[in-house]
Amino acid sequence: MSQIPPIFKREFIGYFRSPVAYVFLVVFLVASVGLAFFVGNFFKAGIASLESYFMWHTWLFVFFTAAAGMRLWAEEKRSGTMELLFTLPVTTSQAVIGKFLAAWAFLCLAILLSFPMAITVGYLGDPDWGVVGASYFGSMLMAGSFLGVCSLTSALTRNQIISFVLSVLINLVLVFLGWSVFSDLLHAALPTWLVDLLANFSYTTHFEAMKKGIIDPKDIVFFLSLGGLSLFLNVLALER
Amino acid sequence: MIEVKGLVKNYGTLRAVDGVSFSVRCGDILGFLGPNGAGKSTTMKMITGFLRPTAGTAIVDGHDVKVNPLAVKRRIGYLAESAPAYPEMTVDEFLGFIAETRGYREEVEKRARIERVVNLCHLKSVRRQTIETLSKGYKQRVGFAQALLHDPPVLVLDEPTDGLDPNQKNEMRNIIKQMAAEKAIVLSTHILEEVEAICNRIIIIARGRVVVDETPDSLRARKPGARLDEIFYDLTRSEILS
Repeated sequence: MSQIPPIFKREFIGYFRSPVAYVFLVVFLVASVGLAFFVGNFFKAGIASLESYFMWHTWLFVFFTAAAGMRLWAEEKRSGTMELLFTLPVTTSQAVIGKFLAAWAFLCLAILLSFPMAITVGYLGDPDWGVVGASYFGSMLMAGSFLGVCSLTSALTRNQIISFVLSVLINLVLVFLGWSVFSDLLHAALPTWLVDLLANFSYTTHFEAMKKGIIDPKDIVFFLSLGGLSLFLNVLALER
Repeated sequence: MIEVKGLVKNYGTLRAVDGVSFSVRCGDILGFLGPNGAGKSTTMKMITGFLRPTAGTAIVDGHDVKVNPLAVKRRIGYLAESAPAYPEMTVDEFLGFIAETRGYREEVEKRARIERVVNLCHLKSVRRQTIETLSKGYKQRVGFAQALLHDPPVLVLDEPTDGLDPNQKNEMRNIIKQMAAEKAIVLSTHILEEVEAICNRIIIIARGRVVVDETPDSLRARKPGARLDEIFYDLTRSEILS
């Protein structure tokens, strides 16, 4: 496992070597905060809470994690650096984990950069810090699961665009399954137990409680196992 | 040092390498020749542990690449075709990354390792430049520096002089020659004069098979008075036409 730090470091610094990272951070902040203000009525609601900020995260992550994760392996394949990486004394799982953690840390940074909102809410009112903390924790955990899928799709192709589209599709389905509007539609065609079962495979369902400040082990297990499964398949895809 | 035993690689129904065997001793510079698509690069990628052989194996410094690929990777310095490197990093950072993954984490030793190859490959003037801004020749030298960083007993170089100008080619050959005494070196090339200049053994492969494995002198003796490229043409012609 000692080989993970240099891979992490290279990948993480790599993000900031191009303007893309800064554009990503700015656009993510504008989109997430903008949605909270203008659609989620963050200001007008007059409540000292960040719920209107976190409620959009599942939707935002569909696109933003795909953007952050699409280059992970596709770029290594396209530029031939994969040959360099895998002739160094590094195992596939070390490389997969190192690169994944770097991208995850980058996403966590994007999420944490909304801290002025938390400070403002704390200055103006008296928010429940437990809820705020649980939401940040849940959001970062969920970003990891989204990113696992992106890392996997990135390993399947040498084309970043294909990786982006694939991961958006998969993650969108995993968001939809627990979205009330969509499950109402499913109710018309499928029995209730099946709809509930499907909803259990959705980010939306498992993020719901965390937004309200409840950290349920089964939600944590869901996010961790989805991320773990994706990374396992990621290793297989690279070793095939 | 390197023992290649019946390496086979299939890509789908295509057999790229078809039972290649040879061995390289310490002090050898083995020139790997062959028409494009003959299986040179594929063979090298299997020796370095990047590709898994369909059959056969390679043993590098006592370690079987199929059983213990990491041990093999620690002992090989590999320059891949067209010297891939992370374009957004500076030369110093890139070599630092290689040093760290090669296990040189302590600042003093890491610096010393980098310093040595920067001097050896004449990279001093560009060490703070990002790799994407470098010319082909410098990129190639960065790739070479990367392969030499841990002073490996075995060097595998896929077209090391590709893209260099005649002076740089000469210099690269001199560096390779100087190191030959205590290493086993395999290099592939299209340039026949290069083989004559530095290699003490020649392997010609065509269609995934070894057709010649001998010294440059005995190769030349096959057709006295003829140029090497004529002999090369004779040996690989049947493969090209068929």
